[in-house]
Amino acid sequence: MKASTLTAFSSVERGPAIAGLMIAFFLLLFLIVPVGQVIFVAFQDPNTGAFTLINFADFFGNSLFVESFFNSFYVASMSVIVASIIAMPLAYFTTRFNFSGALLIQTLGIIPLIMPPFVGAVAMQLLFGSNGSINLLLEEHLGFTIPFMEGLNGVILVESVHYFPFILINLSAALNNIDRAMEESAQNLGAHGTRLFRRIVFPLAMPGYVAGAALVFIKVFDDLGTPLLLNINNMLAPQAYLRISSIGIADPMGYVISVILVGFSLLSLWISLLALKDKDYATVQKGGGGLMRRDLRTWEKVGCYGVVILILLLVLSPHIGLTLLSFGTVWSFAVIPDGFTFDHYTTVFDTASQYITNTLLYAGIAALLDVVLATSIAYIVWRTKLVGRKWLDYGATAALAVPGVVLGIGYLRTYHSFDVPIINEPLASWWVIIVIAMTIRRLPYALRACVAAIQQVSVMLEEAAENLGATKGRTVWRIVVPLMSGGILAGFVTSFATASVELSATIMLVAKDSDAPLAFGIYEFMQSTSGRGPGAALGIIAVLFVGIGTYFSHVIIERSKKLRESNSIVAEGGTT
Amino acid sequence: MTANIGNSAGVVINDLNLSFGETHVLKGVNLSIEAGEFFAFLGPSGSGKSTLLRAIAGFGPQPTGRILIDGEDIADQPPWKRNVGMVFQSYALWPHMTVHRNVAFGLEERGVPAPEIKRRVDAALDMVGLIDLAERRPSQLSGGQQQRIALARTVVVEPKVLLLDEPLSNLDANLRVQMRREIRDLQKELRLTTIFVTHDQEEANTTSDRMAVLDEGVIQQVGAPVELYDKPSNLFVANFLGTANVLQGTMSIGKDRKCTFQSENGVAINLGAQPQNEGAVVFRPQNVRISKAGTNCKAGNVQFQGTVGHMEFHGNIVRYGVDVSGHLILIDETHQRGSTLFDIGTSVDLQVKQGQIMVVPGH
Repeated sequence: MKASTLTAFSSVERGPAIAGLMIAFFLLLFLIVPVGQVIFVAFQDPNTGAFTLINFADFFGNSLFVESFFNSFYVASMSVIVASIIAMPLAYFTTRFNFSGALLIQTLGIIPLIMPPFVGAVAMQLLFGSNGSINLLLEEHLGFTIPFMEGLNGVILVESVHYFPFILINLSAALNNIDRAMEESAQNLGAHGTRLFRRIVFPLAMPGYVAGAALVFIKVFDDLGTPLLLNINNMLAPQAYLRISSIGIADPMGYVISVILVGFSLLSLWISLLALKDKDYATVQKGGGGLMRRDLRTWEKVGCYGVVILILLLVLSPHIGLTLLSFGTVWSFAVIPDGFTFDHYTTVFDTASQYITNTLLYAGIAALLDVVLATSIAYIVWRTKLVGRKWLDYGATAALAVPGVVLGIGYLRTYHSFDVPIINEPLASWWVIIVIAMTIRRLPYALRACVAAIQQVSVMLEEAAENLGATKGRTVWRIVVPLMSGGILAGFVTSFATASVELSATIMLVAKDSDAPLAFGIYEFMQSTSGRGPGAALGIIAVLFVGIGTYFSHVIIERSKKLRESNSIVAEGGTT
Repeated sequence: MTANIGNSAGVVINDLNLSFGETHVLKGVNLSIEAGEFFAFLGPSGSGKSTLLRAIAGFGPQPTGRILIDGEDIADQPPWKRNVGMVFQSYALWPHMTVHRNVAFGLEERGVPAPEIKRRVDAALDMVGLIDLAERRPSQLSGGQQQRIALARTVVVEPKVLLLDEPLSNLDANLRVQMRREIRDLQKELRLTTIFVTHDQEEANTTSDRMAVLDEGVIQQVGAPVELYDKPSNLFVANFLGTANVLQGTMSIGKDRKCTFQSENGVAINLGAQPQNEGAVVFRPQNVRISKAGTNCKAGNVQFQGTVGHMEFHGNIVRYGVDVSGHLILIDETHQRGSTLFDIGTSVDLQVKQGQIMVVPGH
């Protein structure tokens, strides 16, 4: 069938067609089949194999699962609220005032994202827990404590501090995209103050806010690492993990939870698409450019800086806590550690260096695969007329809606009895499956970077090469790929940095300690009190990986942006 | 000083100065616009015309000086209290509201009762011919339709003055001509004092009763379009309003009390009676007649000899560039079917009626 399809393509499209089919096959094997398998098992009677809803009935008949469901929902919703409370004033300051701290706020929007939430969780416990630094100080000086980290509060606090930048970035972008004339025309017709805000500014910024909020909701709803590290097990993702890892892959509850997680993911994505659909409110035109800004009065400036510094301290607290923990000797019932040492780093390099080398290897291969796949998909979608090419884009992007736990469970279920030839080991417990999981999970990020890059390359530049005698293949190699290199590199770095701290899928797939990556190592260390120091040291190394990666991807993107501006004549002449 | 016609009012601007930080943008602007007048601010980009318009609406940095509408100084009032309607260059229709809600907005802000809002919005949409599109979103409208809605949204609140900020710049050429007629008709019907900002002299000429030409934040001249074209008060105005031949030089009065102009390159021009002011000699290309060398000079004409340097066929006219002692003189000749054109390098005689020659101050 494949051969007959291929002859239907003209000879110039044969190469892309073969590549497209190979990518489709890869996505089928490692995304669609495993996830389909999970959904299938959730609706299957464990004994007879017939279609049934009994598993869902069992799920909702079990008080622990119902409690977990409501806890997950509560934590995700509250995290959206707390993250909004942090993000809204920051977005407002930068877009409404000539505020000299704007750079500070931009930095604030990046700092949390370079530390995976589960890494900071333990540090937050030590700072904000019932016996943590803040509460010890409060108790001593004011005679009361605040249960910041009690039960679900801890998850909410850690997740909000980590994910609020999604709201900040989306909301600021939406506010900045409002043409000043939108506001002026309302004033011209008699509106001002809160009415102006309520009737014009707020509705125009709403889609951006909803998109950011939906993203926060789903990230929190799916997160496995943070609740696990805070020892909160009565939530959905930890329950799925615990059922599969303790009872085994035959237990249907893990699959039911997976279906619920995927369902909510899709629901959130759908809501955010709905919010943005037909509402391209990017209304900036000539002379526009954001809302009217005004200078701050002195007392307003003091207030603004006060709020920003307070949030900065909160946002930096996981980093501060983790650093203290990684250099601290003993830290218990004390505001800061008793003493400082390099021992934990020595321990890490002596006994746990395989975590680092594994991570470099896995994340490196995964990021490389990601950019190869993403560049191919981008080319096929934007430069060929192949039938069904859009589905490659949809397929690769669909990975966004699949929580890591679900992908992990799907791999275990699908490939636990599939032995890899030569090494005679099940695919599900071979280290390569970890790399594949990372590849699939980070592919959407790499794809967006590559699609953005190919859209910047004028088709005329390719036509010029073909006109001078280059074949399609040579044109891609000599013209398209070099011109996309900035985007490809940015995609690589982003994929690498985020894959190196991937926990929720890998935690299910690590078969032996010697195969484990960094994130898993941190999780392992943090399980025991004595392991916290080295765990924190590993955490700091992870933060450095992601931080340096993020910095380079930023530099690359900025540089290619500048390059594009200097080549703007070509871009204006014929971007597609 | 300014009478109130219907709802609309006259606008008086007294010694208005405005700066963006260190940059002094409007420099001592004085202006008086009659009630019911259609008035244009014309100037190149950066001349301050849009800034002046926005200052009247209350946008941008706070200026010094006075802005009187209907005799009342509004310079210190916030934009929402001024009741001057402004149509923005980008139209600024709110994308999250339907056409009807966009147009109703100003009336709602003024606390007009709902039934009256409905009636007035319908009337305004009917007036611009788009009543059928009331439930559409702005994104579903063409540029011309958006323009009409923006106009309806502004006039429905019955402002004292209507401000139009380059309202035609986002439309294509044909639509632009149609829309400027529609705007002019609407303005006449409503007898609404209207200020129109444009950088296009044709737009200003064809629509306005009077106009102010601005350059570098200073009003260069105010008057009716014909007056400005025929009697420019300086070289900037002469050059900005159409094409002009400009010769710099010196003037001398002869014994017969006749005035002779001597150009930099030695071309002598008999100006007849002494002009009111010193300055450069200016005449328009369409006022120059071109003929083969050796033509007799008619009485009352000034004649030059030259060589055709370039020739452009525009369709309705033929434009020649003739070298006269090192000066480039442009001539527009109306094209007749079958007429022979002068080749490049041909020696020609040029004649201009003395009455078409202007003496304009400035260098």
